Amino acid sequence: MPVDRAAPALACRDLSVGYGAHIVIRSLSIAFLPGCWTSIVGPNGCGKSTLLRALAGLEPARSGTILLQGRALPSWPRRERARRVAWLAQSSAVTDLTGAEVVALGRFAHSGWLAHRQKEDEATMYRAMMATGSLAWAHRRLSTLSGGERQRLHLARTLAVEASVMLLDEPTTHLDPPHQEDIVRLLREQARGRNVSVVSAIHDLSLALAADRIIVMGYRGLVGHGSIAEALAGDWLSAAFETPVKVIEDRGAHLWRPSLESSSAPC
Amino acid sequence: MSATPPFAVDLGTGSRDALANHRLLVWVICGLAIALLLAFGSLIVGTSSVETSLGWLLRPDADSSVVLWQIRLPRTLGAWLAGALLGLAGGIAQGVFRNPLAEPYLLGTASGAALGVTLSLIAADASFEGLAWAARLGVTGAACLGAAGATLLTVSLTRGVLETRSLLLSGIVVAFLLGSITQLLVLSRPEIWRTMQSFLLGSTGFLSWSSTELLGAALCVSIVPAVLLARGLDALSLGEDTAQSLGLSLPLMRLALLGIVSLASATAVGQVGVVGFVGLIAPHIVRETLSVNHRQLLIGAPLCGGALLQAADLLSRWVIRPSELPVGAVTACVGGSYLIFLLWRRSRRG
Repeated sequence: MPVDRAAPALACRDLSVGYGAHIVIRSLSIAFLPGCWTSIVGPNGCGKSTLLRALAGLEPARSGTILLQGRALPSWPRRERARRVAWLAQSSAVTDLTGAEVVALGRFAHSGWLAHRQKEDEATMYRAMMATGSLAWAHRRLSTLSGGERQRLHLARTLAVEASVMLLDEPTTHLDPPHQEDIVRLLREQARGRNVSVVSAIHDLSLALAADRIIVMGYRGLVGHGSIAEALAGDWLSAAFETPVKVIEDRGAHLWRPSLESSSAPC
Repeated sequence: MSATPPFAVDLGTGSRDALANHRLLVWVICGLAIALLLAFGSLIVGTSSVETSLGWLLRPDADSSVVLWQIRLPRTLGAWLAGALLGLAGGIAQGVFRNPLAEPYLLGTASGAALGVTLSLIAADASFEGLAWAARLGVTGAACLGAAGATLLTVSLTRGVLETRSLLLSGIVVAFLLGSITQLLVLSRPEIWRTMQSFLLGSTGFLSWSSTELLGAALCVSIVPAVLLARGLDALSLGEDTAQSLGLSLPLMRLALLGIVSLASATAVGQVGVVGFVGLIAPHIVRETLSVNHRQLLIGAPLCGGALLQAADLLSRWVIRPSELPVGAVTACVGGSYLIFLLWRRSRRG
């Protein structure tokens, strides 16, 4: 199926989301294009997870609309929607299921209740587990694995959906730096190679700045969304964190430099 | 990255799945074999003063064949079926509530059934019409009606929000409320005390062929959809939001599964009274021995629960023979000690 790279895979118009009297996201309008990786950054509790949950249809919109491939998100049939939008929770669940069983659940929207897996499903699961380096734990129970190992299996489950939109809440938590790098490379590859719209909340600023576009959120709402260059030029990060955030450029990569001036304390 | 997996790697359908299925099969065969052994033991052991030996079993005279075919066989078969229903209901409840301490009576089924039985006994005592009415309904019917009413009350108290925590809470409230009404009624009518006691402690003594048929039908009706919905419980074990994002309709699935839990536990309670711990313990034993997804759990737990209640029934007749213990007391002792053992082991593992 040819992908129209100009038509947004997912878009929201005047979206407001909140809990009780507290409005977390106020009239946000943004479009997520196919083949584009967008990262969401901001301080703790600014609403990154809420935005991702709202986009996944897990949090009802107070007002405004979310459009998936031009059609209102709530009007999609459940399984059809689940085939197009994959979501990864912030905390990875501990379960007695084996790795392969968990990844197979990513095929639920395709294979249904009776779980008659086709060759195609098997191949997809295999690719997803290869990509996240979790194939070795296919037959281990999740309750016997470490946090990072579980995280990679849950990522494989998200990949196995083969969705056109991937919404990932902290996909690099629990991972050691080299594996964080692998995951970032994987997200970029999903966007560039498979025309997926990837939206991820990432804490590590250097990794977040490797994305194509960025949404910067502060305590008092949205600071801005746009390209990385725009964000750096406008110093959105400092505004969001309400403290100077220094980013240096090194051979095309943007790196966050903590301002820890070397103290003279002898030790 | 190759598109097709090499033959060396198997993702679960091939040899590995076959191995899991093979282990499940061994488990099923063992479960059935134990049930058969227990049934055989049940035919020999009894409170009535017929001669019990192998020879008697092979060549029963007219009197003892009545004892054998009309009392002991339906009793052990009924005990197995009731235990299987409780095991199944417990397995489902623990999956739906994502809580290893959930049990089949969680929705107030047991207290509702007890109230139903109390009301029918009082009605039978009060007037001739009441007696005729209660006789037509029977203890089973009254228990089932009560259980169904309590479940409906629990679900409606959550105001349609089939959310785990509010369901648990309203289940507890309903159980307390109906339990205290039952106690008030029983206290005001001492003449129904004895019957109520055997119902509340659980008894396999009233099982007949007709109750076996009822239990068997309920087991068939509930186990098939439960196993079909097992994959949903697997998804639910990853968290409610994740399950929803995978394309599952949580409210529908919960409604269906809780319907099965109430049907299974209400039927069992109607036939054997409030037998505790079987539904709680059976899924744990399965998880200990056959580490599992929910399809395997929902096949294993009924087998395990059935054998447990059969064994408890046998023990209840054997320990203080020629007299008999309430079967619920036996399951409470055995189940309680098993739970303590699990807790002790967990604390030792740190």
